[in-house]
Amino acid sequence: MEFLRPASWAEALELKAEYPDAVPIQGGTDVMVEINFDLRRPARLLDLNPVAELSRWSTTGGVLRVGAGMTYTSLIRELSADLPGLAQASRTVGSPQIRNRGSVGGNLGAASPAGDSHPPLLAADAEIEVESRARGSRLIPATAFYQGVKRSALAPDELIRAFHVAPATGPQYFSKIGTRNAMVIAVCSFAIALHPRRRAVGTGIGSAAPTPRRAGAAEEYIAAELDWDSRAALDPRVVARFGELVAQAASPIDDVRGTADYRRHALGVLARRTLTWAWHEHMRERTTT
Amino acid sequence: MNDDEDLSAPVTMEMRLSVNGIGYPITVDTRETLLDTLRERLDLTGAKKGCDHGQCGACTVLVDGRRVTSCLTLTVALDDREITTVEGLADGSVPHPLQTAFVRHDALQCGYCTPGQLCSAVGMLAEARAGWPSIVTADGGSVDARLDEAEIRERMSGNLCRCGAYVNIVAAIAEVAR
Repeated sequence: MEFLRPASWAEALELKAEYPDAVPIQGGTDVMVEINFDLRRPARLLDLNPVAELSRWSTTGGVLRVGAGMTYTSLIRELSADLPGLAQASRTVGSPQIRNRGSVGGNLGAASPAGDSHPPLLAADAEIEVESRARGSRLIPATAFYQGVKRSALAPDELIRAFHVAPATGPQYFSKIGTRNAMVIAVCSFAIALHPRRRAVGTGIGSAAPTPRRAGAAEEYIAAELDWDSRAALDPRVVARFGELVAQAASPIDDVRGTADYRRHALGVLARRTLTWAWHEHMRERTTT
Repeated sequence: MNDDEDLSAPVTMEMRLSVNGIGYPITVDTRETLLDTLRERLDLTGAKKGCDHGQCGACTVLVDGRRVTSCLTLTVALDDREITTVEGLADGSVPHPLQTAFVRHDALQCGYCTPGQLCSAVGMLAEARAGWPSIVTADGGSVDARLDEAEIRERMSGNLCRCGAYVNIVAAIAEVAR
């Protein structure tokens, strides 16, 4: 196995153009599992760790651009205020050791329906910045990025450089179901983002369909039902309906981690719970500002 | 996969690996994990292979002071990094305070997970001192050294102990954290 170590982003793109079969590796927490268990024998690995810019973030025109190689640990430490939903999800990824190495870019590259980053990225309308030497860079909305089980819109000669997302303007929450806190692949997960300025709600469903996806009908329903101005308490019937619509948006399967019925039921619970947390935070902000 | 390439042919690279303050010039297979290099080439058998996919934490070591699972870390990518294993925790013949506390609190039974627990605890205490929050840390709350049992259990959740010595592991770490 050839080990390619580009010193710069430009060099990384050159190598990916020359060797489209090269598997990019950052923290290794996903790729190495497959290599150790002989599920995959890549002819080449493309080590992105030397490309330092991938682990940094910046703000341009009010939008965050977060390098694909930024570890979950760094993201939790530096972006919890701007990206609370993604930071919460990051705190539940793997274990502390895994979070010290793993990155959102790796989650995106693997495109597993169970990846913890995906629901908050969807809920917050994130865009994925990918680039190839031949065609330059393009921004892919998260909704268009995930295309199937472990399949994404990334072309063979492209690399993931960053994701772009606006800092939160309202409460964001993430919740997932697993058998223990650490080291679980989510049975199902859910993220919600309230966008009070435009009176919209974003959602993301994980581990309950071939791809991470949004619950569009649930978003439209709840955005219209919420009393954005008076910030009045939630009507329990509205909360229940939101949970039903989120559950209906999923298309789960039975597998070793849980049955489809269980996943649908649990998603409804997660949706009601995270909506309640988010709205209570929204109500509290009225009293403090 | 390209048919014209022999994927099974090993590719080796020469590098210098710095472990516990000693530089080792070594030739490694590009597919080799840090765990295998430590155990098979450097005879540093403290780090253990439990699950080989990052679930158990028995292979935890420190890379530039941060804890990582060495079974998921490629050796070839570490030529400019400083690695600390359980063999490097003591100060000469004086055990690390965590090692002393583990003995005093009887924080092990078979001992297989202990090197990983110790390296993880060293990394964990450094993370807490640096103010890193965990999932059980209240939002906006400051994290200093006040690590209660819930914090220690959550922060050590990447290390399994199949003998179930958790109660004493938590007590040993809590003593050093104070």
